[in-house]
Amino acid sequence: MPEGTEIGQRSATIAVLVDNEAGILARVVGLFSGRGYNIESLTVAPVDEERRQSRVTIVTTGTAMVIEQIKAQLDRLVPVHRIADLSLDGPHLSREMMLIKVAGAGEERMEALRLAEAFRARVVDATTGSLVFEMTGAGEKLDAFIALMRPLGLKEICRTGVCAMARGPRGLQA
Amino acid sequence: MSATTQAADARVMSGAEIVLQALKEQGVEVIFGYPGGAVLPLYDALFQQNAIRHILVRHEQAAVHAAEGYARSTGKVGVVLVTSGPGATNAVTGLVDALMDSIPVVCLTGQVPTHLIGNDAFQEADTTGITRPATKHNYLVKDIAKLAGTVHEAFYVARSGRPGPIVIDLPKDILIGKGAYSEAPQVPHRSYRPKTEPDMGAIRHAVRLLRAAERPVVYTGGGVINAGPEASRLLTEFVRMTGFPCTSTLMGLGACPSSDPQFLGMLGMHGTYEANLAMHGCDVMLNIGARFDDRVTGRLNAFAPDAKKIHADIDPSSINKNVAVDVAIVGDAARVLAALIECWKAEDAPRQDRAALARWWDRIEGWRGKDCLQYRQESRGVIKPQHAVKRLYEITQETGRDTFITTEVGQHQMWAAQYFGFEKPNRWMTSGGLGTMGYGLPAAMGVQIAHPDALVIDIAGEASILMNIQEMGTLAQYRLPVKVFILNNEYMGMVRQWQELLHGGRYSESYSAALPDFVKLADSFHATGLRAKTIDDLDRVIHEMLAIDGPVIADIAVAKDENCFPMIPSGAAHNEMILAPGQQGGVAGVTDEGKVLV
Repeated sequence: MPEGTEIGQRSATIAVLVDNEAGILARVVGLFSGRGYNIESLTVAPVDEERRQSRVTIVTTGTAMVIEQIKAQLDRLVPVHRIADLSLDGPHLSREMMLIKVAGAGEERMEALRLAEAFRARVVDATTGSLVFEMTGAGEKLDAFIALMRPLGLKEICRTGVCAMARGPRGLQA
Repeated sequence: MSATTQAADARVMSGAEIVLQALKEQGVEVIFGYPGGAVLPLYDALFQQNAIRHILVRHEQAAVHAAEGYARSTGKVGVVLVTSGPGATNAVTGLVDALMDSIPVVCLTGQVPTHLIGNDAFQEADTTGITRPATKHNYLVKDIAKLAGTVHEAFYVARSGRPGPIVIDLPKDILIGKGAYSEAPQVPHRSYRPKTEPDMGAIRHAVRLLRAAERPVVYTGGGVINAGPEASRLLTEFVRMTGFPCTSTLMGLGACPSSDPQFLGMLGMHGTYEANLAMHGCDVMLNIGARFDDRVTGRLNAFAPDAKKIHADIDPSSINKNVAVDVAIVGDAARVLAALIECWKAEDAPRQDRAALARWWDRIEGWRGKDCLQYRQESRGVIKPQHAVKRLYEITQETGRDTFITTEVGQHQMWAAQYFGFEKPNRWMTSGGLGTMGYGLPAAMGVQIAHPDALVIDIAGEASILMNIQEMGTLAQYRLPVKVFILNNEYMGMVRQWQELLHGGRYSESYSAALPDFVKLADSFHATGLRAKTIDDLDRVIHEMLAIDGPVIADIAVAKDENCFPMIPSGAAHNEMILAPGQQGGVAGVTDEGKVLV
């Protein structure tokens, strides 16, 4: 970060539509590591089979100047079609999915089930000694649920990272 | 067989033939390369045709620098062909050099056959992985149906927007296999479409600021050179019609003629006193095709503190990267300049304050009066390196020949930039961004291939030249009359200078010990070696060098302890320049913070 331009950091959720080709994820990740940008969350999956396109969602933090840089640098990559700064462009939805495994019995197990119901987590696997919950929501909600599960025999967590989309009729198309 | 099927059959060829056909369609006339196992099919196809000439270098790094020299001096895309593994890894320095300096290069690398990729096969390297951050873009072709299209796309990407190097990794089975050729597509690229036309609102905003400026400065860079000779012509027109002072980065020299009275010389770390103080004191700055590099800005929080900044660049990521600007213009330098000129001439444009501009010029002339590039050349004895470059310039001017200069990296490079005048674009080839020692000789080869009748001189240092000295063999093989003009001070001069100024004069490992005899070395490479030991020899050696119709190494023994001034020390501001001893008191202090910087 250049000296003298230090101002407040902000978090940005950036959606990137890319050609689904070998090495594209390495290009995006290499750009962030090579230039010293933060990655807080990164998700990628194909979204258009016909056009062979994938969508990458990146959550990052930086000063306004750094975030502008990140977007300009991403836009310079040849296989990148579109970029949207969801945090800047208006209201947006941001969701994460999580699988969380809790092992325990008796009162702890009952408490975990009660909390899961309150959080609208679904039981997707159960044994006599364990439960796996599936839960979708904003990152903070997932964080809160994890904190509650910790004393109840938390064994394992798997989170997808952020999946985000702007509200309203406009779409992100190439 | 019907005529149509015959025609269709004619389009089926080997992968190697497809590559060459695509190169031909892209207008390629010359390739710089070095053979090896993985690219044998391509060399076999090259052998059986005459349209494309192959220049055999002695090291793959040199192939890329030669392609860069070719590209920078012609505006065309330079082409490289190397083998897999070490062929590709040796090319990496050249690729990064081309990336930093925005030079269009397409580099074809061989690769082990697709079924062996990932098996640690002989001469296998993860070339696309290694070169991803070293190129503008790269490709691994695993399907022959995509081969021709990939080559066409590579050329489009290399030369479009901000130019840069592209790697195409070609597995051997793809080169041997049969496939259909396809011509370059006539439709726009699916995702890469850089913006070249500037936004007229931004142009008008810029002109309003420039019209109202009392202390304007135009600061230009390599982007003007890359935009073609028309951009340089328009720049000169704009500078003359506005009456503005103009300075240039290292990469932009030649865009504005150095003899123009409005040209202040180069700016930055070793820029002129007048250029740097004009940058520091300006109230409106127009940057065209430069990127606010740290060599140029000095300490950022003291950079042009009172200036409204206008930045025109074809690469949006260059804007607001190091320096926040007031007006951003994304576009090709030539189109931006044409739009600025048109808007400046418009009837309703506000009046320019010519009186304020005249007062600004008075101040600039005062700074110019300092004559910051003066040096003292004694009439006997040791040659000053500055004087050697100045005489080289003056004597080449007298010949009237079209002259192209390349350099290596270090003190000699800065002296070349300071004392050699460039009147036209594309005549100055130097490694600016990466600072690659060993660039100059192979780059000169590429320039000479493109301009067989021109005078091509590599201004070198005795340390840098040894980094690609093997290319003397290439000069001999192709009878390239490149002149290597070595300023020999027996030191890695810029390292020595920093050690003197910043590290207490402890000359750690910067002495060029055990140097070769460059005259004998030239002789062994079938070239002519000349030597100037004292000032009495200098003019004679330069005249002799220029008169010889063949490669020459001129070994010029220069003062060993000369420093390159002016100098903005690391972490200092433009107005904290160090001038040569005698022009100003001792060396300004460098803070620990500054020492961290390179």
